[in-house]
Amino acid sequence: MKYEMVAGFETHIELATNTKIFCSCTTEFGGESNTHCCPICIGLPGTLPKINRQAVKYAVMAGLATNCEIANISKMDRKNYCYPDLPKAYQISQYDKPICEHGYVELSSGKKIRLTRIHIEEDAGKLIHKRGDTYVDYNRGGVPLIEIVSEPDIRSVEEAKEYVEKLQQVMRYIGISDCKMQEGSMRCDVNISVRPVGSEEYGTRTEIKNMNSITFIGKAMEYEFARQVDLIESGGRVEQETLRYDDVTNTTSSMRGKEDAHDYRYFRDPDLVTIHVTDDEIDELRAKIPELPAVKKQRYVSELGLNEKDAQNISKYRKIAEFFEEAIIGVKTPKTVANFIIGQIFRRLETEADKEEFATAITAQQLNELVKLIDAGKVKNNLEKSTLEKMLYTGKSVNDFISESDMAGRDDAALTELWQRAVENNPNAIADYKNGKQKAIKAVVGFIMKESRGRADAAAAEAKILQLIK
Amino acid sequence: MAEGKIKHYSDMLQKKEISCTELTEAFLSNIESANKDLNAYVTVTADTALNTAKAVDKKLSLGEMLAPLEGIPMTLKDNISTKGIPTTCCSKILEGYTPIFNATVWEILSANNAVLLGKTNMDEFAMGSSCETSCFGGATNPHNINHVAGGSSGGVASAVGGNIAVYGLGSDTGGSIRQPASFCGIVGLKPSYGAVSRFGLIAYASSLDQIGPVTSTVEDAAIVYDAISAYDKMDSTSQGRRGEPTALSIKNDIKGMKIGIAREYLDGVRDDVKLSIEKACEVYKSLGAEIVYFNLPALKYALPVYYILACAEASSNLGRYDGIRYGYRTSSYKDVNEMICKTRSEGFGDEVKRRILLGTYVLSAGYYDAYYKKAQNLRGSILNAFKDAFKNCDVILAPTVPMTAFEKGNAISDPIETYLTDICTVPVNIAGLPGISIPCGCDANGLPIGMQLIGNTFCESTILNAAWQYENAVGSEVFKESPYGVKI
Repeated sequence: MKYEMVAGFETHIELATNTKIFCSCTTEFGGESNTHCCPICIGLPGTLPKINRQAVKYAVMAGLATNCEIANISKMDRKNYCYPDLPKAYQISQYDKPICEHGYVELSSGKKIRLTRIHIEEDAGKLIHKRGDTYVDYNRGGVPLIEIVSEPDIRSVEEAKEYVEKLQQVMRYIGISDCKMQEGSMRCDVNISVRPVGSEEYGTRTEIKNMNSITFIGKAMEYEFARQVDLIESGGRVEQETLRYDDVTNTTSSMRGKEDAHDYRYFRDPDLVTIHVTDDEIDELRAKIPELPAVKKQRYVSELGLNEKDAQNISKYRKIAEFFEEAIIGVKTPKTVANFIIGQIFRRLETEADKEEFATAITAQQLNELVKLIDAGKVKNNLEKSTLEKMLYTGKSVNDFISESDMAGRDDAALTELWQRAVENNPNAIADYKNGKQKAIKAVVGFIMKESRGRADAAAAEAKILQLIK
Repeated sequence: MAEGKIKHYSDMLQKKEISCTELTEAFLSNIESANKDLNAYVTVTADTALNTAKAVDKKLSLGEMLAPLEGIPMTLKDNISTKGIPTTCCSKILEGYTPIFNATVWEILSANNAVLLGKTNMDEFAMGSSCETSCFGGATNPHNINHVAGGSSGGVASAVGGNIAVYGLGSDTGGSIRQPASFCGIVGLKPSYGAVSRFGLIAYASSLDQIGPVTSTVEDAAIVYDAISAYDKMDSTSQGRRGEPTALSIKNDIKGMKIGIAREYLDGVRDDVKLSIEKACEVYKSLGAEIVYFNLPALKYALPVYYILACAEASSNLGRYDGIRYGYRTSSYKDVNEMICKTRSEGFGDEVKRRILLGTYVLSAGYYDAYYKKAQNLRGSILNAFKDAFKNCDVILAPTVPMTAFEKGNAISDPIETYLTDICTVPVNIAGLPGISIPCGCDANGLPIGMQLIGNTFCESTILNAAWQYENAVGSEVFKESPYGVKI
């Protein structure tokens, strides 16, 4: 029999507020244990919580960015359970009146993963096991979280990964969380079950807790899917239980069964008043939400003539998209701008984190000036890239490299002559290079730069010389 | 006793008839002798008191004017957090716990140079009606030490009634200020929910708890209430006082004021108590007030609603006492679960355990709807019933307690019977209303009887006004002086 996977996600995301949800302690990650704490977030007797309005706003923005309905009236509840990392023995959360409901995340296939709800809650501290003892660090306790609960709409590991990536991308785009899975600012619980293909009924689900990497989410789901199918095929039954995933052995193991499930005794937190969010406030927050990546990508393709892949790359991170959109103002060919970004600028950004940060030497305005000159036919084809290269190298504007008289650029013949001359005039450096002294080639490039009064493209020149002396 | 004690001592200080240090020393030495009988104080803070007194004397020597509460010796119930001074809720589980911050009320009063004599006894975590669930043993009645001071703020009431504090702050969740005030023959005001900040008050039942003054006279209650009823940004449920300071209007004429009597409040009330209430009605009539009778059938739900909601909240509020961060921790354990279990089993007394169990039960899956949810709905009905009642009257007059102070040991032996004695005080907490208990006579054994005036939300000035007029009219007729304490 063929089986299909049915999965839903509970995703915890730490909100990027400066202070904690119920006190004024910093939310900064790390720090010496128990230094980001106060009487309120360690729950000393007599202390009272006071909600951080910014956390409410961020939660509303998360809801707006995921097509949720926003509740004008919601409230905070207590989720009672006893654990050393939870200093009040209850977590302040939202039970029956979450701030956002009935949203969805759209995958690239067009499939919508429905969101049941998004609610606000506080994070717990952390247990630290060392030297045979257990210590508690409450630095993280009271950091604001949202929990995004999806319907069981996910049918494959690919969909699961894309769902998590999409959530991560959107939450970063709207600036409410850095969603760093490795630092725990985004964590997923995966509810997973299997059923015969074609069946309408859900199988018994298990819940894999606290996944903090997209790769491991995929591996854990694959493992758990196979385990459940094997169990059923061999005549067994899946037990409803909570599992933990071990990334070393790539297996899941039981944390607790159904019979050990907590009775959280939810009730309204009497220390906190009703949360009101007016329609005006919702509109204000909606106005703060930038055009989201999926919409941007679509527009880049249909209106700006980018291909799918380029549109995807440019829209992936907010800073890139904003840079791009500023750089294309008034230019004839947005594609040229996209090519420059994806080609030369990306080459300087090694990691995804660098791309997201998008710290470039030049401003979008500077790129815009260059492309406008190109549009006007004032920069010769062979100088386009090298000019940008020089701009990126120095942070200077196009006019620093291309004077009025040079606007037509140097001709090919002159350049060929210059390279030739450089090889002939630097025999020692070339010999050194051939003997394995990599850096020696820089002397030859230096000659070219000097001869061209700094207008040559250093990288291109180096490549050309290497070609010539091969 | 129409003259307020606070003004009396403040005038003496201002006129330099006595120094603040002398006054403080007089109280401290009386505490030393009287506390053996009364067991009102669980911590005496002589150094703190004398340091403040010194500062006040310095001000006086410079010819400065004192604020109303400046230099007045007072006390705080031991569930009000005081930085650097143990705050135990009279529970073994908070053994050794010293707060690192001040409750907002103490922040306000200490900024006013209030002279803190010490922390006073209470039922463990404010759960009880006799002060006997305290891990330090109960406070006794300053009028007869074979009787209890009442609870849960028994220590404050005993100290104020026994003249070993000019005034004190208690907390009232279901009558914990008014009942002991009634038993000890003094004044206790439970303010409207939200009028006084709860920040730093160690919670019993958060939606019902309220800090309020315990004083000898109505005027004193007004002065203290005015000082502490400030909006506090640290407490989301705080609103502060509405309107002018109440002390400005306590002496207003009450001609035409409508005083309501809800018949249900007199059901099951002891005859002598009922008679005192009837006499009070006559006093009010003579002052030109009108007595209106009405029914308040929703009152019959008040006790079960109170015990369900209060215990539910308590079961959650008291979850934090696990021995991990502060307070008592059991001496031997195998793992963290055993440590928490043993710590709580050994650290909490029987009454606290009873209420945690009850509260856990009513919130449990499968029972929540039948108990907690139903109680919440009924809470709304009770509130509405009061709102309707206040369409036809300005204040409601009722007994504070259906009897006078219990003999020692009786309350502990039958907890359910004792719960029933809260019948007249809990409705006010459920509805978030202000209520004041003032003395209105004595029983055959010389134990004080109290009566309660209940006002609409944030109408403290109305009940204080009605209370002052009564107190002024009856004078020393109903007031009985305890043999204990400072008589200056």
